[in-house]
Amino acid sequence: MSSIARTAGAERIGAGEAIYLAEQLWPIRGQLYLGLIGLALGGYMGLLQALERIGVNLYPAHFLKSYYQGLTLHGVLLAFLFTFAFSNSFLSLTTIRGFQRPLASTWLAHGAFWTMLTGTVLAAFAILTNQATVLFTFYAPLKASSLFYLGAVFLVLSTWLTSANQLLTLRAWRREHPGEPIPLLGFVSVVTYLMWDLASVGVAILVVVFLLPWSLGILSSVDPQFDRVLFWFTGHPIVYFWLLPAYVSWYLMIPAQVGGRLFSDGLTRFVFLLFLILSTPTGLHHQYTDPGLPTVMKTVHLFTTFAVVYPSFITAFTVMAALESGGRARGGRGLLGWIRALPWKDPSATAQLLAMLVFTLGGATGIVNASYSVNLVVHNTAFVPGHFHMTVGTAVALTAMGICYWLIPFLSGRELWGRRLALAQAWLWAIGMLIFARGQIAGGLSGMPRRTAIGDAAYLNLFHWSLDNWLTAIGGVVMTTSGLLFFVVVIGTLFFSRPLARPVEIPLAEVTHGARESWPLFDRLSLWFLIAVGLAVVAYGPVILGYLPLNSVSPPIKVY
Amino acid sequence: MHVERYEKIFMALTLVVLLAALAAIGAGVFAAGVHLPSAAGRIDPKTIRQAPPFDRPGVRELAPGEYEVVLIARAWAFEPNEIRVPRGSTVRFRVASADVIHGFLIENTNVNVMVIPGQIAEVTARFERPGEYVFLCHEYCGFGHQQMFGKVIVE
Repeated sequence: MSSIARTAGAERIGAGEAIYLAEQLWPIRGQLYLGLIGLALGGYMGLLQALERIGVNLYPAHFLKSYYQGLTLHGVLLAFLFTFAFSNSFLSLTTIRGFQRPLASTWLAHGAFWTMLTGTVLAAFAILTNQATVLFTFYAPLKASSLFYLGAVFLVLSTWLTSANQLLTLRAWRREHPGEPIPLLGFVSVVTYLMWDLASVGVAILVVVFLLPWSLGILSSVDPQFDRVLFWFTGHPIVYFWLLPAYVSWYLMIPAQVGGRLFSDGLTRFVFLLFLILSTPTGLHHQYTDPGLPTVMKTVHLFTTFAVVYPSFITAFTVMAALESGGRARGGRGLLGWIRALPWKDPSATAQLLAMLVFTLGGATGIVNASYSVNLVVHNTAFVPGHFHMTVGTAVALTAMGICYWLIPFLSGRELWGRRLALAQAWLWAIGMLIFARGQIAGGLSGMPRRTAIGDAAYLNLFHWSLDNWLTAIGGVVMTTSGLLFFVVVIGTLFFSRPLARPVEIPLAEVTHGARESWPLFDRLSLWFLIAVGLAVVAYGPVILGYLPLNSVSPPIKVY
Repeated sequence: MHVERYEKIFMALTLVVLLAALAAIGAGVFAAGVHLPSAAGRIDPKTIRQAPPFDRPGVRELAPGEYEVVLIARAWAFEPNEIRVPRGSTVRFRVASADVIHGFLIENTNVNVMVIPGQIAEVTARFERPGEYVFLCHEYCGFGHQQMFGKVIVE
């Protein structure tokens, strides 16, 4: 395996089989850096939001009309641009590494970059000119500029091009390796995108069939309740599209980074397949409090949602087992001594270990959200951002930053600059996030609404939210400091660091029970995809058929 | 497929945890009677003020101790924004939007519902203790969203 070790610098590739082609690497690099720009700007908006909680209004100083314009930037740049661009970049690279061959289509790789850039420019222009202050959920009948919806189309298109390229690469690999099990790294990369291909159909229909024509005046009215069904068809599984790239790292890379082994190839495939089939038929648990939908189907989605918790529980075991094997191999003794023996001086591993730790709380609060009647206590309160900043905001974002600590050296051919800063960055993010989440969760439990300019709220003095708001603000400042350190390290690495002394390898775990002990049926991806489609039809067919005819009563409204 | 023994035990135990959580939810629904909002009729937001009962927003006594509150949510206020009922009342809220999506949450109750243009939202609460219960909009509805609230005053 180590024979393919090499830096990604185009000219230095050539020994052995050339799998990292320069013309395929620049879109991978480009999307990563585009995503990181999104992380920087979107994250900075988070600081403004946090400070607004304690009465510091910095929006006019940034030429933003309102808290909500900044919040739209925050959501779109972080939840769509950063996550999509990072996934496209990272999981294209893992596809190459997994299949040990270049991507099947250089043209599609370039297309993914250009569509991502186009979508970003369109959406950012609409938001910055205050023509799309509709938050990242863009619920009708709040109307955004057509450019915003078009931008969303391009962002999703970019992910589809990446998926198509993965599938073509898989096909090419299969021709070259008839009868062999799909390499695990390639398998998890492809399955992540297959899940998203199905999941994204909801929002694609919403935007292309309804919102875009409606914003152009071709359609006079839409049905806001039905539009929400389409939105949440995608809106829940999108969280697994954010999360699974982190799982790819936790399953297949972190064991190698901590000196341990992944136990089971078969269970890893099983977990990713469960996400493929169970992610989509769950969206109604975001709509428990929607008036227009039947409680029977809400209950069905309660059960499927609890089912999709299950693969994350298995993950908790598998990843912990791999960590323990690493800690013990490094000389850790006793029941918990292996934890101290983990490589806490390695910023890439540390960031991801802390991300996992915070994710346990994120997952637990997610089960609260999903819990049907209990949801009434927390729905649309600050509890929810408290929850998802520990999942997508930490499990995903901090893992991505941890991955960057080897990925940017790999892509740039330069040593990681400022290791100790990077280490401090990881800790500050986790600590800041826990303080922030404590504030949001406590506020939410006492009725604080989410996505609201709380510092300016007319009812602020009727509640006791002072401590919650201060914790939110302090957590936000600590995270901003962490974010600043991250970009100091990134810029230091790219521009001020020395060339790599030794080439960086993509870390890849050894597996104790390998592919030969897996179940061959797991590799029949078209079968699993059909099962996923079938389950989505079963879960959503009655919802949609029972809802029709559409109640298209809402013309566009712009009140921002 | 080979699965480690500890892994099998863990997978079985987590299944038990999930089933226990589902049982707890079931107890909340069937024993404690906590129910989710569901379909209660459609309405056109453009003509909401001509359509009964939304032509007369306000509080109505249905029977002794039972009230109906008809609420219109619009950018950025509830009509009415002050509701008075005696303690021990059971109040059925019927809420609808005149424009964009809003939310309706009453503090210290289980009232939490989306107010979606085209749909009538129906929720019920019982107010045992006297005092003021703030209700507010919890879905972003434009520039003045944070101004949108009201009070149930239980006397």
